[in-house]
Amino acid sequence: MRNPFVMECGEFHVNYKQNMAIWKIPRVRMRIYLVIAFFILFPFIASDYIIGLATLCGIASIGAIGLNILTGFTGQISIGVGAFLAVGGYTSAILTAKLGLSFWLSMPLAGIITAIVGALFGIPSLRLKGLYLAIATLAAQVIILFVISRWDSLTGGTAGLVLSRPQIGSFVFMSETSYYYLMFAILFVTVVFSLNLFRSRVGRAFIAVRDRDIAAEVMGIDIFKYKVLAFFISSFFVGVAGALLGHYTMIVSPELYSISVSVEYLAMILVGGLGSVFGSIYGAVFITLLPVVLRSVVEILNGMFPGISDVLVGMREVVFGLMIILFLVYEPEGLNKIWRNIKDYFKLWPFSY
Amino acid sequence: MTFFLQMLVTGIVVGSVYALVALGFVLIYKSSNAINFAQGEFLLVGTYICLTLVASYNIPFIAAIFITLIFSALLGFIVEKIVLRPFIGKPIISMIMATIGLSSILAGFVHIIWGHETRVFPQIFSENPIQLGEIVIAPVYAWALVIVVIMLVIFSLFFKYSKLGIAMRATADDQQAALSMGISVKTIFAVAWAIAAIVSAVGGVLLGNINGVNSSLSTIGLKVLPVAILGGLDSIPGAIIGGILIGIIESLTGGYLDPLVGGGLKDVMPFIILVLILMFKPYGLFGKKEIERV
Repeated sequence: MRNPFVMECGEFHVNYKQNMAIWKIPRVRMRIYLVIAFFILFPFIASDYIIGLATLCGIASIGAIGLNILTGFTGQISIGVGAFLAVGGYTSAILTAKLGLSFWLSMPLAGIITAIVGALFGIPSLRLKGLYLAIATLAAQVIILFVISRWDSLTGGTAGLVLSRPQIGSFVFMSETSYYYLMFAILFVTVVFSLNLFRSRVGRAFIAVRDRDIAAEVMGIDIFKYKVLAFFISSFFVGVAGALLGHYTMIVSPELYSISVSVEYLAMILVGGLGSVFGSIYGAVFITLLPVVLRSVVEILNGMFPGISDVLVGMREVVFGLMIILFLVYEPEGLNKIWRNIKDYFKLWPFSY
Repeated sequence: MTFFLQMLVTGIVVGSVYALVALGFVLIYKSSNAINFAQGEFLLVGTYICLTLVASYNIPFIAAIFITLIFSALLGFIVEKIVLRPFIGKPIISMIMATIGLSSILAGFVHIIWGHETRVFPQIFSENPIQLGEIVIAPVYAWALVIVVIMLVIFSLFFKYSKLGIAMRATADDQQAALSMGISVKTIFAVAWAIAAIVSAVGGVLLGNINGVNSSLSTIGLKVLPVAILGGLDSIPGAIIGGILIGIIESLTGGYLDPLVGGGLKDVMPFIILVLILMFKPYGLFGKKEIERV
């Protein structure tokens, strides 16, 4: 009998089109269709709570892909994602609530405005790199949040703003399922865009800048232009994620976008795999579900050790930190690498090589 | 004028604590090229230990401080050994995330062990304010300044004359050369982390005496970044001068600008300065300029 896990025995391309394909083997393409079909049918088998979690995971994935374009692919570390999410969420909130624009216009506008703000804070990357840039983005986070919490007339200050769910005609995306599909559509576009981005001249330039910026410059890549462009594209997706998140939770307020959010997003791409589009999704799901899983574990343990739920907040922090360090030590390339290792193993199974 | 002087004095005192904490930060960067985002949590742990010793076990303050310092040194050693050793020479993002992870772990333990509510140190310094011309200084502030100055003098003597201190400077200067002279670079890294933990603990105890102790103390760990960048990431005198400058600027902003914008600018000002420095003088006042070669 044929080994059901066998995936490919080699890649034999006869033309450039095959060579450039994202999924090179028909069987792999088939699997992707199945995965997409599963996620489209997913709401029919899951409860509202699970669908809500999936929506949050998906929104986080969009943001994480955005951050990964900047940090994973272009090598510019940003500790300011939280603030850029805030810019996206607030822009959409102000446009819809104060100017009466529809969500379908305000969401891309939120992306574009966040992208402009991001590019603005990317300008220091002309002179700064690595550590110094990371610190500059941290400063951006603090400053942006300060502006948001003080600009009362526009942002509602520390109280924040209330948002409404998007609607088409008379249909409002009020149910978990409908918002899930909205998120899924945008996530799908994001994934397709970023997968293709790294097959293009721009994406290749990003990777060159990451690998060795001076060498890239010698090869004729305008480093400054591409760094700012990376900030622009990355912040666009982060802004869209921010807008989606704002309309999902229907509230934006400054404390929802603290530095710990930035750290969470960095952890997502790190756990998922730097420089990997699918890795960002795995990481986003992992980090989003971590506290949920932890809470249910604690609830189970609460029967055996009463009082353990009092330390849940502290435990969440400990586990979160531990995960970051364990991944850094044992699998720096993240969940994506683990998944690839599993696939590689079954490629040859049952033979060892 | 009195108001200005008052603000100035407050700024210098708070700034000197920043200077102390930044000293530890710079020391780690100098020796092992790591940015320590867990500096604030070192401070938190040290402060809580001292507080517990003083408040719950009624140990005299001086003895409690010494026990805290020993414990902090141990914490520094252990952290360096377990968490940082694997990341030496790894990409910057690994180093950053490792210390962020570490800070999360430490903060979590602090929450689990000591809870969230603000606690205060029992009265240690006398309450009678010191009258200096027109300005009034609380004894806590005066003592804080004195202790910081003593610490700084001890450390400058340590780096200048002690064998270990000289070895640390040599390692910071050129790791390879230091290794070939028989200096154990591993020991130096460990000592740097231990010292960083010690100075943070002292800074934390001082701030805790001034403002009370809760987990928001760890934000000092972020405020150390502007200080270190202003002075130059790898300059110890820079950390001290930067610390005092940032302290003064913060205090004056709090006094003069905060009423205009409705508060909060005090805590953001250091970061605005940070961005300006990064834009115009990325290596700070005294930092060594990096030259990059392919």
